[in-house]
Amino acid sequence: MPIFWILLIVLAIAAIGYVAGRARALASAGGDIRALHSLPSYYGWNAAIKAMVPAFLLIIVWLIVQPIYVSSVVSGMLSDGAIPNSSSRGLVMAEVRRVAEGLDNAVAAGVIGEDAARSARADVIDITQRLKDAGQIVTSQITQPVLRAAQHFRIMHSTGNMMMTVAALALAVLGALWAIRENRAEFRARNIVETSVRILLISAASIAILTTIGIVLSLVFNTLEFFRLYPASDFFFGLTWSPSFSGRGGSSQLGVLPLLWGTFYISVVALAVAVPIGLFSAIYLSEYASPRVRAIAKPMLEVLAGIPTIVYGLFALLTVGPLLLSVFGADGLGWMKAGTAVMTAGLVMGVMLIPFVSSLSDDIINAVPQSMRDGSYGLGATKSETIRQVVLPAALPGIVGAILLAASRAIGETMIVVLGAGAAARLSLNPFEAMTTVTAKIVSQLTGDADFASPEALVAFALGMTLFVLTLGLNILALYIVRKYREQYE
Amino acid sequence: MTDASLHGAAPRKGRSIHQIDARTRRRNATEARFKACGIAAIAIGLFFLVVLAVAIIRNGTPAFTRTVVEVNFTLTQAQFDEAESQLFKTKAYSGFFNSALADQLTQQGIEVAFDEASIERLMGKVGNAIREHYTAHPGDLDAPVTFNLPTSSRVDGYFNGRVKRETLQDSRFLEATDLDLADQLKAAGIIKSEFNWPFITGADSGVDNPGGAGIGASVVGSFFMMLVVLGLSLPIGVAASIYLEEFAPQNWITDLIEVNISNLAAVPSIVFGILGLAVFIQFMHLPQSAPLVGGLVLTLMTLPTIIISTRASLKSVPPSIRDAALGVGASKMQAVFHHVLPLAMPGILTGTIIGLAQALGETAPLLLIGMVGFVARGYPDGFLDGFVEPNSAMPAQIYTWAARADQAFYDKAWGGIIILLIFLLTMNIIAIILRRRFERRW
Repeated sequence: MPIFWILLIVLAIAAIGYVAGRARALASAGGDIRALHSLPSYYGWNAAIKAMVPAFLLIIVWLIVQPIYVSSVVSGMLSDGAIPNSSSRGLVMAEVRRVAEGLDNAVAAGVIGEDAARSARADVIDITQRLKDAGQIVTSQITQPVLRAAQHFRIMHSTGNMMMTVAALALAVLGALWAIRENRAEFRARNIVETSVRILLISAASIAILTTIGIVLSLVFNTLEFFRLYPASDFFFGLTWSPSFSGRGGSSQLGVLPLLWGTFYISVVALAVAVPIGLFSAIYLSEYASPRVRAIAKPMLEVLAGIPTIVYGLFALLTVGPLLLSVFGADGLGWMKAGTAVMTAGLVMGVMLIPFVSSLSDDIINAVPQSMRDGSYGLGATKSETIRQVVLPAALPGIVGAILLAASRAIGETMIVVLGAGAAARLSLNPFEAMTTVTAKIVSQLTGDADFASPEALVAFALGMTLFVLTLGLNILALYIVRKYREQYE
Repeated sequence: MTDASLHGAAPRKGRSIHQIDARTRRRNATEARFKACGIAAIAIGLFFLVVLAVAIIRNGTPAFTRTVVEVNFTLTQAQFDEAESQLFKTKAYSGFFNSALADQLTQQGIEVAFDEASIERLMGKVGNAIREHYTAHPGDLDAPVTFNLPTSSRVDGYFNGRVKRETLQDSRFLEATDLDLADQLKAAGIIKSEFNWPFITGADSGVDNPGGAGIGASVVGSFFMMLVVLGLSLPIGVAASIYLEEFAPQNWITDLIEVNISNLAAVPSIVFGILGLAVFIQFMHLPQSAPLVGGLVLTLMTLPTIIISTRASLKSVPPSIRDAALGVGASKMQAVFHHVLPLAMPGILTGTIIGLAQALGETAPLLLIGMVGFVARGYPDGFLDGFVEPNSAMPAQIYTWAARADQAFYDKAWGGIIILLIFLLTMNIIAIILRRRFERRW
């Protein structure tokens, strides 16, 4: 039975449990709700929860455990002789799974009878031909052991599903009955329901932890796999980045240093644009601007932060790139060969980061106590002297934190560099040359046709790991600095 | 502190305090310069905003018009049968079209020579479109029909100013003489531009047909993705915030969750794409390119934003509300769900809409879960299919167009950006209205 229907039936049982549980509690109080410990609906929910939760938990656990168990049993059935020398157990198992799926589809389409698909005497050649006729993708010829394994796989799979359906439904009915039985007037239904809601809230909150664990695990496992295929020292200290396009080649050179250099260079250009403009905007907005100017200029600047990065990417590729090329290109100064360059991506990224720097700095400058300014004015300092010699030094840790956060943004930015920075990985000092970054290469290595098991695809995970560690480090440092500073004045 | 008095021992004579000395003048000049720097910084920031807006509008508007050739014509049943009996059917229809065009030109008294090849360069193969119309609507035979057939993307570009006569090189796609023909047809009112509905409603076309590309199918893809994001991130985000704000004890687990949330908010979006690829596609075997997977990844990305804004609006509900509810016998859970949550709802919705707007424009994670390179050729078949059938999303579609070699797709990419920004603008305006209308100051 499809999972969807099982879920629906369990929900129906829960609904019946709700009505029955509520009725039973009311009856036990003689129809007077003042005699009940909790409101009547809590008794209903008690029954519904006890019907749903165990059944759903069972289904989830079953869905995770069953494939693992079935695979290990079927894999054990395959003798070592059934595995060709050029292949591995994993590949044969993948084929078994494909054949089983093909048989399922063929049975569903009515090409092969259920008996034929199960029969141990079924002819291998005949089955292969019929699967091919049914349009199922099957390798040239299914071997006898693979077919047997696939048949066994199917049978275990369907028995497993059957058992799960029965167990889940039985559990739901039992849970509902048990809850209905305990629903008496003095039963503390509200406490039970509220505890379950609380557990639900806690699990929602812990999704943040799960996400982090998911990120770390998916990066770590694939990165380790990559380092088994490609030496870690070559990755971290290699000066060349030239993946081979065959997807299986040993000729790839996957050194991360050119990518890190490109990332660093573009981020520096971006910060060189964003920090002065952002900082001066923040100073003007918080110290000089009238409330009216502030009310207009601040949201206008923040619009820049709300624009999706794909827009900036296109802006870099189609507007800023050609513009720079006309000034610095062959017709102008002759420094630039193509529109995509470090300068293009850096400038546009800088524009994107302006509101980021200005908003954060604005908050921090506003948090500097007014008494410090008043003290400075009292000594006869002008406004700009006060800002430069009193306000900024006081706000400096926070501003450094803001700049670090902006830097981590710049390092992790993808679309602008994918479209604006070019694809060539090189170690060069010329800002008008095309360079590439860690993020851009993650995209290009994972969107191609490369096999997931090849070092060319797996390197993306190692790059992702590098990126994650870098940005995490910067963020933690920035948050630490900002937090430490805040404690000083609050 | 005797320095000052020592200096002041011999007061400068003959100086009024109304007269500004050199040092003060210098300090005032520095003050003015510093202030000017601030104004300049803001001006530069706003200048970039204006440049961006102008670039988007100027480059994007051509995508919303298309150039069509309008020809009236009547196809008789006899002609239809004759054409259908031939080996090259569409060629026969092209012939009818050409003679109809010639008739129309002579009627209007315009002398211009054209041949079949030049028409094909201007409009592509017209026969197919005409044949499709008549086979789909047999009732239109023997009656006059007005055809609005799109011109090729290069002719479109000529009228938009993208293709220049001076720089045009004769090729099998377009020759300079064709432009003369096009100009004359334009003067005769046969070539005209109209609003490009197919761009709004259509699906993506192949790499060789920029004129037929539309963004409609990817809007639908984005819509399904946003449904997933809304359906998951709102309940989960609100539940997590309620726990952290109202129930969580001060211990290391709570600290761990808080640190995780603030870090996730700053993790680069591409890393979420890697997570989606590894967990949802490699491990769980969910279908690639499906809006469901995209929605799941974007949900994880938007959760921190929603949690942070929801916590802020829960915090702004005064404690007296909770105390009053507890005082009349509500449990803590009832106080939160019956009193605090409804009062915080406008703030929560505002935060959610802003989070959704952010998710709508996000591109990088979608690239990794296979939403590019895939040509979204049509709409999903049904509501549930919309979640699992491969589709594109607006930003991914824009990226696909920007990455194609044919420059005619750049217009489409800019046009797509206008549509995307219209959606974002609408969502943000709704958020602002919600905030203005329902925000309560305690």
